[in-house]
Amino acid sequence: MSLKRKDLLSISSLSPEEIDLILEAAEPFKEVSGREIKKVPALRGKTVVNLFFEPSTRTSTSFELAAKRLSADVINFSPGSSSVVKGETLLDTARNIESMQADIIVLRHSSSGAAESLARHVRSSVINAGDGWHEHPTQGLLDLFTIKEKKGRLSGLSVAIVGDVAHSRVARSDIHALLKMGAEVRVVGPPTMIPAFIERMGVKVFSNFDAALPGVDVIIMLRLQLERQGRSLFPSMREYATLYGLNSERVQRTGTDLLVMHPGPINRGVEISHEVADSSQAAILDQVSNGVAVRMGLMYLLSQLQ
Amino acid sequence: MSSIENQPPEETPIMDGHEMGRALTRIAHEIVERNKGVKNLALVGIRTAGVPLAKRLQKIIRNIEQVDVPLGELDITLYRDDLGLRKNQPVLKRTDITFHISDLIVVLVDDVLFSGRTIRAAMDGLMDLGRPAEIQLAVLIDRGHRQLPIRANYVGKNIPTSRDENIRVFLEELGDHDRVCKLESGGQVDQP
Repeated sequence: MSLKRKDLLSISSLSPEEIDLILEAAEPFKEVSGREIKKVPALRGKTVVNLFFEPSTRTSTSFELAAKRLSADVINFSPGSSSVVKGETLLDTARNIESMQADIIVLRHSSSGAAESLARHVRSSVINAGDGWHEHPTQGLLDLFTIKEKKGRLSGLSVAIVGDVAHSRVARSDIHALLKMGAEVRVVGPPTMIPAFIERMGVKVFSNFDAALPGVDVIIMLRLQLERQGRSLFPSMREYATLYGLNSERVQRTGTDLLVMHPGPINRGVEISHEVADSSQAAILDQVSNGVAVRMGLMYLLSQLQ
Repeated sequence: MSSIENQPPEETPIMDGHEMGRALTRIAHEIVERNKGVKNLALVGIRTAGVPLAKRLQKIIRNIEQVDVPLGELDITLYRDDLGLRKNQPVLKRTDITFHISDLIVVLVDDVLFSGRTIRAAMDGLMDLGRPAEIQLAVLIDRGHRQLPIRANYVGKNIPTSRDENIRVFLEELGDHDRVCKLESGGQVDQP
């Protein structure tokens, strides 16, 4: 089977078979990243453009590293240093980039649906690297990859996603991804951070973290996005940390060999305690290295399509 | 190589399991003789069929020299020269070479030598892993029609073929009984 699509825009549009295919394609690239010479010639002569309209360090670095390890040429394009400040639209910017014969455009944008609308207008493959509060599909894929690597399976696992689910594209991609692969999903957070009607997606909703803990195999902690929301969603940081922070005691309470994940960057002492973040159960740094492998696999698959 | 789909085309037998065993035994002896023992020697099988063949050679060499030579598995997909020119993405598998190949004599092992493009890709792949002292090539079948200046050091059997014939090596490890057959224009697509 091969991936018969030009773009990767969301997890919700992928079939479980396509997800499996991408996860399998990522596997050999882990070995490449462990080599002394971390480079293979698969995308030699191709051009990858990182088009980031929102600040991002780790995602853009991860994409850049992935493309470089595949031998592609990489251009990083961010609005501060470009003509966007001069009033050019997203589409005009992208058409300019396309005229430079870009094969893959990696787009991050603050508007939901930006990647999809771009994909309709350019011939290049478009990878959504986060659009507004909509999706962040490569994060969803790398989370699946990490869970599968550590737990050996996805189906039948119980996964809790904790924090500001309403304003998290990571959460949305993770929920779609996990449900498609047969996992049970519990979302945990104060009612101000849980979107209305989210249970219609097929998840269980908890406002009490402790009640969601028993039997949970994986906990994905979301970052408290202080810069995005101010402090209006909860009374104080201290209260948030007490009610929704992950500490050793809560890890104990799951009664399982818990896997702890976090998309980063972590706020130590807020959503996750020092001991848990540095414990052997935390796969936070594995997520980072797996992210490069997953993005390599994805770009390899997309670049093979005529 | 995977088994054939739909109606199997006409098979002309070329080698049975016994002949295959003898050819591999001779190759193993030649490897040991040419390299004056097994010091600094390593075997690397090219996925898929080269891997079980390399394992068999390792076993025969163990019987001759009482030494296990290091064995690796190489996937050449990312080094192919026809990437992006095919309708389907070739299936990626993992390269598994856990030892340092620098300064070793590496014997590449594959089932069929045809255009030589697979071997070119394999050599590029090996070079990215280190600097071997020497690369040698062992194949079960050499069917001619080279498109690159490549020659095997050890050959199980030379078989004259026409370009549109298809040579298939079936191995027990891959779910068949051991044999080599010629198939009439059965659509050789896997390994150019």
